[in-house]
Amino acid sequence: MSDVTVQDTVPAAAPAAIEAPADRVRRLRVGGLMLVFALIGLGLAIFTKGGEATFQLVSGDLQNNLLGLPAQPVALLLGALGVLAAVAYVLRRVPQKYSGWLAIVLGVCFIGAFLCWAAAGKTFPLANQFQGTLNFATPLILGALAGVLCERAGVINIAIEGQFLVGAFTAAVVASTTGSAVAALIAAAVSGVLMALLLAVFSIKYLVNQVVLGVVLVVFATGITGFLFDQFLQEDAAKLNTPDVLSAVKIPGLGDIPFIGPILFNQTALVYLTYIAVAVVTFVLFQTRWGLRVRAVGEHPKAADTVGIRVKRVRYSAVLWAGVLAGLGGAFFTVGYAGSFTKEMTAGNGFIALAALIMGRWHPIGAMVAALFFGFATQLQSQLQIIQTPIPGELLLMAPYLATIIAVAGLVGRVRAPKADGEPYVTE
Amino acid sequence: MSTATATPPVAKPERSGLPSWAIQGLVSVSAIVLALLVGAILIIVGDDEVNAAVKYFGAAPMDTISAAFSAVGEAYQALAVGAIGGITPISESLTQATPLICGGLAVSLAFRTGLFNIGAQGQLIMGAILAGYVGFAWHLPPVLHLIVAIVAGLIGGAIWGGMVGLLKARTGAHEVIVTIMLNYVAIYLLQWLLTTSTFQRPGRADPISPIVDANAQYPQFGDTRLHVGFLLALVAAVFVWWLLNKSTIGFELRAVGANADASKTAGMSVGRAYVVAMVVAGALAGLAGTQQVLGTDLPLTDGVAASVGFDAITVALLGRGTPLGTVLAGLLFGALNAGGLQMQLITQTPLTLTTVLQATIVLFVAAPALVRSIFRFLPKDRGAGAILAKGWNG
Repeated sequence: MSDVTVQDTVPAAAPAAIEAPADRVRRLRVGGLMLVFALIGLGLAIFTKGGEATFQLVSGDLQNNLLGLPAQPVALLLGALGVLAAVAYVLRRVPQKYSGWLAIVLGVCFIGAFLCWAAAGKTFPLANQFQGTLNFATPLILGALAGVLCERAGVINIAIEGQFLVGAFTAAVVASTTGSAVAALIAAAVSGVLMALLLAVFSIKYLVNQVVLGVVLVVFATGITGFLFDQFLQEDAAKLNTPDVLSAVKIPGLGDIPFIGPILFNQTALVYLTYIAVAVVTFVLFQTRWGLRVRAVGEHPKAADTVGIRVKRVRYSAVLWAGVLAGLGGAFFTVGYAGSFTKEMTAGNGFIALAALIMGRWHPIGAMVAALFFGFATQLQSQLQIIQTPIPGELLLMAPYLATIIAVAGLVGRVRAPKADGEPYVTE
Repeated sequence: MSTATATPPVAKPERSGLPSWAIQGLVSVSAIVLALLVGAILIIVGDDEVNAAVKYFGAAPMDTISAAFSAVGEAYQALAVGAIGGITPISESLTQATPLICGGLAVSLAFRTGLFNIGAQGQLIMGAILAGYVGFAWHLPPVLHLIVAIVAGLIGGAIWGGMVGLLKARTGAHEVIVTIMLNYVAIYLLQWLLTTSTFQRPGRADPISPIVDANAQYPQFGDTRLHVGFLLALVAAVFVWWLLNKSTIGFELRAVGANADASKTAGMSVGRAYVVAMVVAGALAGLAGTQQVLGTDLPLTDGVAASVGFDAITVALLGRGTPLGTVLAGLLFGALNAGGLQMQLITQTPLTLTTVLQATIVLFVAAPALVRSIFRFLPKDRGAGAILAKGWNG
């Protein structure tokens, strides 16, 4: 806590008078956006119908564990709180280092007001909402972590979608033929590594432009899994494409916590692997020597080379390890969720993972938060269709993509990629 | 005038004897050959007769080999006949090539300006939405209706592309990220529109619009599916050639593409170049959208773009960013698509094989060093630089 000293001496009511012009522009831009959202939230609250919004706290239980709230008063309260947070941000009423919390407060208030509006007079399955969020987010988190590893090492990975497809395909086939979930996950990881190997060899050895390469690898993976599906899996579906879906394992103790227990700790092994992966990637990247090297070759390969780091070798290892994660992420689509493989079943999730890693500013934790947000939006869309709200589901499905555009356009803070991301390293 | 003037002889760069375009052509042909070999392996692996013969490979190895040869031969023969074996196949190939050429030009033009336009798919969809809407909702006299519908499509694509250029110029947002995201926004927008009463065909529950008016349809050649949109694609290619090579703004685009910093120093507006390139690229993709909805499909559906916008990227890469190359690459991929359908019908080889072929061709073309390490006789091309190797911050 070394950077606290200066800031803390400034009283909260009188913010530091000096602000760089660029910061001011940013504050007004971000603040403006926050105000817009706050006012939409308040507007929703005003138009909330009377009656009670009922939230279902245990999945599938329609009788007990219901939370009934008076819809309009709660929505108005949350809406007002959101406006307050936005105004406080624009007027700099809180110390700089806490201003990020205002955005979080606003976000929570906005979603809360929205849910009250949508659920007024109805029953909203809140437990399902969070359960589904985690389901949609799991492959996104794994894919985004794969992207973080690659791009921190300086290799752009647009091919996450392709790695997902190949991983999903391999997991389905291996699980069907061997009947072993462990074998399926290992095979999916290996297939992810093979796709990563293509990415690594062509980008690091043959210096192919990495955006080109990513696009082509996605097309390649679509073609090859589609071909094998048409040629083998369709003819012999009973033998090759009927994998057992991983069963949920309840963690004793943690799984009994009310509300969050069943959501977080009664999951499949793949979800637990995802929790571990987030922690491991964060630790490895920022606390180990290898992680330092990865970041060094991604930021300034020449300097890294000068101090004796083998740039290409580090890049190869980062890209291949990322392949393990992306392959596992692909496995989720078949053995973790849907069961059998269908053509192009990953449906653009690899690109959402890419978006999550950018929204998360190339940081594992940030990527996870962004992936959870995207999962939340996707799940909300299907929930709202069930309880029938006037909002078209397609517009909600756009949310992750629009949010990413807003993020990269610099409206919400600077988004900066590793400096040498995408640049092949060529020694003279 | 005497020939022995004082002009110093121009220092010739060392070349391997062949001009750059010839070497690139050789690499492309080699890449196609290699891709066909990869495809052949897939056909052999998937062929029932080969798999039956392999079981007694030790006893009669020739059975396996001949089965393999006949499987590959039959499949590729069906592919070739389906692509160029007569008037109908050729017209089908050209029909398939039409949107690929326009989409490819959209990617190529941006490429030459130093931008990766991954967003042809979204731009195409927006073009198709507007062109389709004008096509079925408005009722105008012949010729005029078609022109208005096409212009609407161009505008739709131009807006979707222009936003990318504007965001890049104003905020530095990377075009690859923005275009990928806008693709999905466009797809969901289309899906949503097709559920509204404005777009959905009365009496239908599935996402399909009314059929566009006869006045707004591209006239067709005879009783083939080929339509006038193909000629427009060729016109578009000539226009892009003129724009890039003969116009002042085109010079600026290429200059910015070659070196944005130097162009800025020379007084050009890099931001303006980005916007212009993306507006024109978007319009070209929008043209591809009109060809789909006003020429091939006729009602607007959520599958209007198929995978044209993504295939367009591979077409542009194979065409190396030049208009002529893009036309040729578009024709090749169109022929592969049309032939692939026949191949699937006749020899039951899945159509997805052509997707593998296309990806493999581009992969090899993008890595000339790899192709050279396989075909040792290929000379090294000193004229060709690495294509635009730069990252998110570039």
